[in-house]
Parts: sequence; structure tokens; C-alpha cells
Amino acid sequence: MYLGKVIGTVVCTMKNPVLEGKKILVVQPLDPQGRPSGKPVIALDSVGAGAGETIYWCRGREASFAWYPAEVPTEATIVAIVDRVNVKEKATTDKHR
Amino acid sequence: MLIGRVIGEVWATQKAPSHEGGKILYVQPLNLDGSAKGQPILALDAVDAGVGDRVLVTTEGFSAMTAVGRPNSPIDMAVIGVIDAVELEKGAV
Repeated sequence: MYLGKVIGTVVCTMKNPVLEGKKILVVQPLDPQGRPSGKPVIALDSVGAGAGETIYWCRGREASFAWYPAEVPTEATIVAIVDRVNVKEKATTDKHR
Repeated sequence: MLIGRVIGEVWATQKAPSHEGGKILYVQPLNLDGSAKGQPILALDAVDAGVGDRVLVTTEGFSAMTAVGRPNSPIDMAVIGVIDAVELEKGAV
């Protein structure tokens, strides 16, 4: 899974019927300091996330298991709204323990 | 699978039911020389690892779900081992 922030919404009128009623969101990946890192991705929402919220998303075939046993055509799904991220700064810099 | 260092933990109240009760670890993938490789990832904990541990992470869905014991759930990464040592041939790195 990857940490990110919801920065927008995608609206589709014509879409796969299974996607009806599901939110399609634009997600900006974040680094441990909470800064944007890399290019935004499009992800389906399974937890009711909204703009500005920190979330994490799941990638790959597993992304569609958020709606199991329904078969949803998605390769990225938001699976949690993040309350808090605790990063131990030293752990990111020390090379060997 | 990849080698990584647990650099933190993530808390989320609202999440997929299959993620409930599990620890979400923030893991920085490492090169063999111990330097950071790419951006950190989030993985569910299957072995009770903690911050600072060097761990083995699976980045494929089926193995991750199996390790956590939650089949058919949206889990693509899991921590499946705490590494004690990595032995390399001389000059390999």
C-alpha cells in the first residue's frame, strides 16, 4: 500500500456498470514528511474518502478485493483514511543497525 | 520480496474491514548496502515487527493476504519476516 492525499475527483458518465456509484479520486502520493512525491494516480474509493484527506491505497489485482465477491475493474483502491503517521526520523537515515 | 526498514507506523480508524486489528507499518525499501531504495511503502504486519527493525516484505497480493490470514482482501504488501542477518559474498555489493 502507499500513502497519499486526495486532491481531486474524476467524473465519468459513461463507464463500466460495475463502477456505478463508486467515487473515482485523484491521489497525490506522499513522502514520509507529508510532501508530494511522484505523479498523481487515479484510484477508486472504498471507504468514503474526500478531498484533502490523507489515505492509503492498494494497488494491483488486490485493489478489486475491497468489494469481494463483486468483480470491480480497478487497479488502485483507497482502503483507509489515515489518522496519524508516526515516522521515526532516525530510522530513515541510519544505514545499519 | 524486498528488504526494508520499518521507519514508522500508520493509524487509520476508517479502513477496509480486512485491515482491522492489524498493524500498518511504514517501510523504507533498502538496497543491499543499506541505503534507501525508492519511496517508502505501507505493509500489514504478519510477524509482530516494530519500528527500527529490518524486515522482509512481500509485495505481491496472494502471499501478502495469506501471510496476514485474510484471503480475498485488498492487501498488496505484508511484512513476513524480521531479518537477523544478510550474508553476502565478498565484493557482491
